[in-house]
Amino acid sequence: MKLRFLTAVVVAAVFLAACSTKKEETVKAAASTPTISAPAPASGPAPDSIEYFNTVVGNVVTFGYDKYDIDAAAQSKLKGQAAWLKQYAARTLTVEGHCDERGTREYNLGLGERRANAVKQFLIAEGVSANRVKTISYGKERPTCVSSDEACYSKNRRGASLVQ
Amino acid sequence: MRNVLKKILCAAFMATAVLSAANLAHAEVKIDITRGRVEPMPIAIPLFPGNTPELQQMGKDISEVIAKDLERSGLFKPIDRKAFLQELTSLDVQPRFADWRTLSAQALVQGSVDQQPSGQIRVAFRLWDVYGGQQLEGKGYGTDPGNWRRVAHMIADLIYTTITGESGYFDTRIVYIAESGPAINKVKRLAIMDQDGASHRYLTDGSALVLTPRFSPIGPEITYLSYFKNVPRVYLFNIDTGRQEVLGDFPGMTYAPRFSPDGNGVTFSAALNGNSDIYTMDLRTRRMTRLTDSPAIDTSPCYSPKGDQMTFASDRGGSQQIYVMNADGSNPQRISFGTGKGRYGTPVWSPRGDLIAFTRYATSDGNFYIGVMKPDGSGERLLAQGFLVEAPTWSPNGRVLMYFAQSPNGGRTRLFSIDLTGYNQREIVTPQDASDPAWSPLSP
Repeated sequence: MKLRFLTAVVVAAVFLAACSTKKEETVKAAASTPTISAPAPASGPAPDSIEYFNTVVGNVVTFGYDKYDIDAAAQSKLKGQAAWLKQYAARTLTVEGHCDERGTREYNLGLGERRANAVKQFLIAEGVSANRVKTISYGKERPTCVSSDEACYSKNRRGASLVQ
Repeated sequence: MRNVLKKILCAAFMATAVLSAANLAHAEVKIDITRGRVEPMPIAIPLFPGNTPELQQMGKDISEVIAKDLERSGLFKPIDRKAFLQELTSLDVQPRFADWRTLSAQALVQGSVDQQPSGQIRVAFRLWDVYGGQQLEGKGYGTDPGNWRRVAHMIADLIYTTITGESGYFDTRIVYIAESGPAINKVKRLAIMDQDGASHRYLTDGSALVLTPRFSPIGPEITYLSYFKNVPRVYLFNIDTGRQEVLGDFPGMTYAPRFSPDGNGVTFSAALNGNSDIYTMDLRTRRMTRLTDSPAIDTSPCYSPKGDQMTFASDRGGSQQIYVMNADGSNPQRISFGTGKGRYGTPVWSPRGDLIAFTRYATSDGNFYIGVMKPDGSGERLLAQGFLVEAPTWSPNGRVLMYFAQSPNGGRTRLFSIDLTGYNQREIVTPQDASDPAWSPLSP
């Protein structure tokens, strides 16, 4: 007796009718341009400290979804970073490029590299010498927050300047 | 039941006419896995008898590994052993086929485990067509007792091949990234296991961030990305010796590595001044060749199985899409379009050459998909969907895809497999969270 199981159901291929929607691109509110020469508040960090750079100058700029252009808010902050770096010439910098989780790992590594490099090029254009600035991309590997919403994604799409 | 059997008989006759060249006794017991959803074939896999308690235990373990392999393929339904009417006490006992037919078994796997004076074990099996009363396949394996699990997978592969006509994929391994720790600072380690999750071990200690491992097609080697000393670089790693080696000396980040089909080269992305292009390195001469030169992010390169073409992801057209070019970098053509603003990445050429698997992010619904399309971009089919599913890898026979899925809000990451038909989704259970799976070729 011969047998064969052919009870096959034709696969209903799942086609996605993707319609076009514009992704919200939130940009972090601009921080005010720091005044380097102003004396720090009595209780605040010393102006030459890394803490001052991170908190008063601001060491993080953010990007739009799948973007790496330096917007007005980021420009203002990076000008502050450049001014600080020129004042404290012994300091060097590593710019980390980061992404939100809405992309593939490998593409995001490339995008993070682009973002880190965009920050570096801006600082160079502002007069910081190229050999003081290194870049590293973390893609989507090192988020600052983990909620799956635009408020968090917009924080994770960032260039973080780490002073050494 | 009789009517159902009658209906499928004529199809079976047609199939046997086509398959008459096969050197099997009779190839009536067949599953056509190209036909979409297939009713799993009932198969009886009694415990393989052994004449000592140790061999008996091994025989039990072997038959259970075989049953689980076949069951997970979605093509077979092992019958509960409690229902068996005949005990097959050795390989020489003739099956009472009427007894097995009573259980609706279509195939029967009879086996045995013996120990030689040398200490080696000998595992043998026969695959029976229960209705035809014919032996379809039979083979013996002599090996060290420690290799019993591999023998079980090899037997499962031979059963799968005999009945489906396709090569198997059970005697294979998965290398992947084991994840632990907080979602904002995950510890990631290279880990390796058999395709069924057994024989799990870690290959790196987690001190450096590691990503995207891929198997060599020819040896016990992996290429992957490591942030060793905070410099992201492509490395080679020998699984047997533990020897690691950085690939090349490039001024910027190197990433997204994948072996060439002959195993003599690795293609990868390298970033210079923020711009990623695709390169390939000949592992014998260490000569590096640049294959793309565009201001776009060109990444995730993967050779065709013949090695004459390459698929990759690029945002040169505005958003990330899939391209195919000649292996020397000439004639790049975009192949992914979709119907909306979907982004496509991680293209992986099937070992059969007929399809390219990909990750798609559909901006319309915010979901990720695993899908396949032909190398000319036609015939796109989406197989799996999730909040974040990514990184398909092919079984060596090109019939099954494995990928990882991440839950929202920094939730779990886990491995799944799914048939090319879009059916039979299974989780591959791992000790910790898991991502970036890569399927090995069939073990030599």
